[in-house]
Amino acid sequence: MNIQVLLPLIIYLAVMFSLAFYSRKRLSTSGNFLEEYFIGSRGMGGFVLAMTLVATYTSASSFVGGPGVAYKMGLGWVLLAMIQLPTAWLTLGVLGKKFAIIARRVNAVTVNDILRERYQNRWVVILGSLSLVLFFIAAMVAQFIGGARLLEGMTGISYNTGLIIFASTVILYTCIGGFRAVVLTDTVQGIVMMIGTVALLVGILHAGGGMEATVTTLREIDPALVTPFAPDGFLAKPFIMSFWILVCFGVIGLPHSAVRCFGYRDSRSMHTAIVLSTVIVGVIMLGMHLSGALGRAILPEITVGDKIIPAITLTVLHPVFAGIFIAGPLAAIMSTIDSQLILASAAIVKDLYLNYIRPSESEKAEKVVKQLGSWTTLLIGLIVFLAAFRPPDLIVWLNLFAFGGMQAAFLWPMVLGLYWKRANATGALTSMVSGLFTYFYMVSYVKRFYGMHVIVPTLAISLVIFVVVSLVTQRPDTDILKLFWGRDRVKKS
Amino acid sequence: MKDSDSFVSDLRFTQANREAFWAVGLAVLNFLWWYTTAYGFGSKPAENYTYVLGLPLWFMLSCVGGLVLFSLFSWLMVRLFFREMSLDDYLPENDVEGKG
Repeated sequence: MNIQVLLPLIIYLAVMFSLAFYSRKRLSTSGNFLEEYFIGSRGMGGFVLAMTLVATYTSASSFVGGPGVAYKMGLGWVLLAMIQLPTAWLTLGVLGKKFAIIARRVNAVTVNDILRERYQNRWVVILGSLSLVLFFIAAMVAQFIGGARLLEGMTGISYNTGLIIFASTVILYTCIGGFRAVVLTDTVQGIVMMIGTVALLVGILHAGGGMEATVTTLREIDPALVTPFAPDGFLAKPFIMSFWILVCFGVIGLPHSAVRCFGYRDSRSMHTAIVLSTVIVGVIMLGMHLSGALGRAILPEITVGDKIIPAITLTVLHPVFAGIFIAGPLAAIMSTIDSQLILASAAIVKDLYLNYIRPSESEKAEKVVKQLGSWTTLLIGLIVFLAAFRPPDLIVWLNLFAFGGMQAAFLWPMVLGLYWKRANATGALTSMVSGLFTYFYMVSYVKRFYGMHVIVPTLAISLVIFVVVSLVTQRPDTDILKLFWGRDRVKKS
Repeated sequence: MKDSDSFVSDLRFTQANREAFWAVGLAVLNFLWWYTTAYGFGSKPAENYTYVLGLPLWFMLSCVGGLVLFSLFSWLMVRLFFREMSLDDYLPENDVEGKG
């Protein structure tokens, strides 16, 4: 066990906990429990919004899985990673102020709240909530595995111990502090990720004797490593281009980033966040993936993808700095899990329980809701934790499965709901069902569609179905149109 | 298709539509830059690459240059085309024109 690496980590985890307790205090003084626990009372300023978006986008796959693949694929994979650069301005710009205004009108706490108001259809909400919980669990398992592997690789503690330390930290602070804790820890984590990324890249360049020497070594290993196409032409154009859909345009449909698009304080915060998070996401993506690719010049013989970054880090950085660095990816992972955990919990408590199994509005029922929030978070956390004990091999692909599934379910209902008056519930529902079905089928049996990732045909099919079905069925009620396009607030009973 | 029932449109949504349009436009522009620089300069054999500061030219332009350029563009987009507005309920003083 490596105590020098462990020490900065312990301090770091302690900071996370203290932020959670601070948030809990705010929670107990807040008038509206649900709004405070699940959306932090819409109080995020520009800097915090930027950091939480960054922390939510960058996950285990950006720090462990992705750079591991870059190690094998070379600079071509860095090119692929940079496709994510527009995500911040796309999600904030497209969902944008309209999303935030409507969320305030209807007091939305979750993405499904907006879908419920727009489509007024319980099956849209139920399907949305269930697929959200399902995919988040899959994504969180992948993230937990990444985190535990990382602890294993860096400190020498066993995978299971690592998993326990790691999972208990995230689950506890999310349970205790809710959305505000998630966002505050995201901010600290975002800063740590930036520092970690830069430190690692500098360390690698130093160990490799400068950029020119490192790239030359890479070229001697295999010239394909410095081309956009990767060894054996693995990154063929149709494949890499389909990532523009999967990790760029489709990201608008991810519920855990979308929810941040109505949690901010004012339009100025949003403007600041667009610029800040674009820069930070870009620096982290470029820095980490380039580190993975160049790392091959320093340690050429590693085979297991997920062990590459820990091994390189320990080689090029002093143990104490390595400890600080490892906090970066752990932060990335924790900050993705925490936001998914809180949303999965919100889906169950707010979207399913309160809407459809609604308890009476007595004072006692109010108390039940308060406890239910924290307990549901804990329960989901435990399920994910147990699933992570028997880990599958490469986390990037597992994570991408959940990633695409959420886009298949949410992208069109959200975007068309906001911008197309004619979109109606039947269209949304058939689109969600067909999108999910197509995606499951294609991931399992088709794999690649004319060389593209299957998210491309999935989103094309669900778009066509949405439009066609909406056009042949009834237009939405005037009340809905007023609520989403009109000036007046539609009073609800 | 016309709306059969008329209601007063919220002009903030018209501006929001415009901002969404710019956001998508900038992403498409980013794609074009990414594609032309990476494949325009990177499609020849690796022996014939030009190198800038140790990195292949295609990578320098597409990845490093793209990051700098589009960070700058995102700032310009927000400065030039995005408007500050109240996100809360409709207030008469937010109205620009009247009926929409």
